[in-house]
Amino acid sequence: MNLGNLDSLNFFYPELILLGGMLLVVISDISLKGLRVRINPLLTLAALLLALFYTLQTDHGSAMTLFEGMLALDNFALYFKVFLLVAGILVLLGSLHSEELAAVHQGEFHALLLAVTLGMLLMANSAHLVMLYLSLELVSLTSYIMVGYLRSDRLSNEASMKYILFGAVSTGAMLYGFSLLYGMTGSLDLFAIRDALLAQEVVGFNQVTLMLVVVLTTAGFGFKTAAVPFHFWCPDVYTGAPTPVTAFLSVAPKAAGFAILVRFFLGGLSQPAGGQWGFISGIDWPLVLIAVSVMTMTLGNIAALTQNNLKRMLAYSSIAHAGYILMGAALLTGTGLKAMLVYLFVYLFMNLGAFFVVTVIFNSEKTFELQDYNGMFRRSPFLAVAMSIFLLSLIGIPPFAGFLGKLYIFGAVIDQGLYWFALVGALNAAVAAFYYMRVMKHMILENDDRPPTPLRISALNVALLVLLLVPNILLIVFWSPIDRWTANSITLFGGL
Amino acid sequence: MIELKYFLLVSACLFSLGVFGVLTRRNAVNVLMGVELILNSANLNLVAFSRYSSVGIDGQMFAVFVIVVAAAEVAVALAIVLTLYRVLNTVNLDRADVLKR
Repeated sequence: MNLGNLDSLNFFYPELILLGGMLLVVISDISLKGLRVRINPLLTLAALLLALFYTLQTDHGSAMTLFEGMLALDNFALYFKVFLLVAGILVLLGSLHSEELAAVHQGEFHALLLAVTLGMLLMANSAHLVMLYLSLELVSLTSYIMVGYLRSDRLSNEASMKYILFGAVSTGAMLYGFSLLYGMTGSLDLFAIRDALLAQEVVGFNQVTLMLVVVLTTAGFGFKTAAVPFHFWCPDVYTGAPTPVTAFLSVAPKAAGFAILVRFFLGGLSQPAGGQWGFISGIDWPLVLIAVSVMTMTLGNIAALTQNNLKRMLAYSSIAHAGYILMGAALLTGTGLKAMLVYLFVYLFMNLGAFFVVTVIFNSEKTFELQDYNGMFRRSPFLAVAMSIFLLSLIGIPPFAGFLGKLYIFGAVIDQGLYWFALVGALNAAVAAFYYMRVMKHMILENDDRPPTPLRISALNVALLVLLLVPNILLIVFWSPIDRWTANSITLFGGL
Repeated sequence: MIELKYFLLVSACLFSLGVFGVLTRRNAVNVLMGVELILNSANLNLVAFSRYSSVGIDGQMFAVFVIVVAAAEVAVALAIVLTLYRVLNTVNLDRADVLKR
């Protein structure tokens, strides 16, 4: 079912609320001189919570498209909307007591956070190449500014310069791919593109062109998800950006990137057939994704081994995790897609958690270097234990949530009989254990000569860390709601 | 009338020149010019395909959107170049290498 413009507005409340919230924050930032420092975060939080509330209220079950086929409204979209809004709320809470951001005026930061969340919601829903491009650029442009938010800081500026140059080139390449696809199929609507590709067999020169389209568009999506070989910006940008922004970039735009990747490849370039998808004959795009996935996790993990800057290490670790998540998308099965959603969900809590511990430690220590983490266990047992749990979860050690993600992903891969692929993933997980353990070793076992001065943590940050710890510990016990929710969320519009 | 393939040829040349410019230039503003070439090659493709087939004006509409977004992108990029210049006193990308270490 296609809804017209006016009818669609009934299903568009979350996005409208975010837009309204953004405008309100801008207005209050200009007009309320004294109160704005208190009012702006509250307004932002209210807008995000209200958007989350309306998202949960809206019926996504009956798959349909909004605005004459621009946006798809399905359970897959619901999953990503909830995911992205929760990520936005957590990052907002984490940014409130960050010394890095406290040094500059934060009015625009909150407006930008709402704008980027709005862009990501649209990105996860888009079913039309124009919408896909516009939402991707909305997310990119706002995140360039967020990365360069510390204007007088040399690293922040350099990071945002690198980010925008890499971003502009890869979205340009993606756009060129889109234009070729438009020429081949005569349509910009993903489902019409699929129908056109299925109408006659793709052979000869068309096959080469379509492969080119796949590679060029993978450049655009690969940039957003930080997949090798489009990852060069990632370590530098993650190191230079303010830490709350880094935490945000490593989770939310990455997830939105995976959402459009799935929409484009599974919605546009493959046909659903009984519980799984078949790729359109002649273009073996899953092979491209599998190759990218293997390169991504291997390079990410190996490069992380030698990093001494914790932010840079976590940047490479987030590249590696993108590789694991991509495993699920390359499989073309419902279980693969579900595994990807489960992994993303646990990744949200463990990765944000690790970055928030880094933020909290930077607040008092002003350092990201690993050797300055020595003796952290004696100075603040809570922080050391919390960080250890997040890191063990990132490794995928059983009692913690990360294990659940790895279990689903590797299970789905083995289901498809791709044993070598699962083996590569498992070997990578073993390599990854080394550098995560190294951080724990520095925090717990190594002590320096200085007397241990207790580390001060604000009550809000303690509450936030506990909030992030709870899912990491308890998801393994209460995994069945997650299992049901993700199983329900793989219904794509025009898909299975 | 000029055939479609000549448009595609020109756009492929523009795309290659753009990528070449991005990879070889060290001045941030020159790199941005390369990016503009890439975007315009895609625009040329979209408009040509839309003109030479009977599938409506979707492609031309897309090109208009791309032009608008490209303007916004350049505005943000030049602002970042400007702040970088304030900090470094140069827009040479080879000098922006603190993060590599």
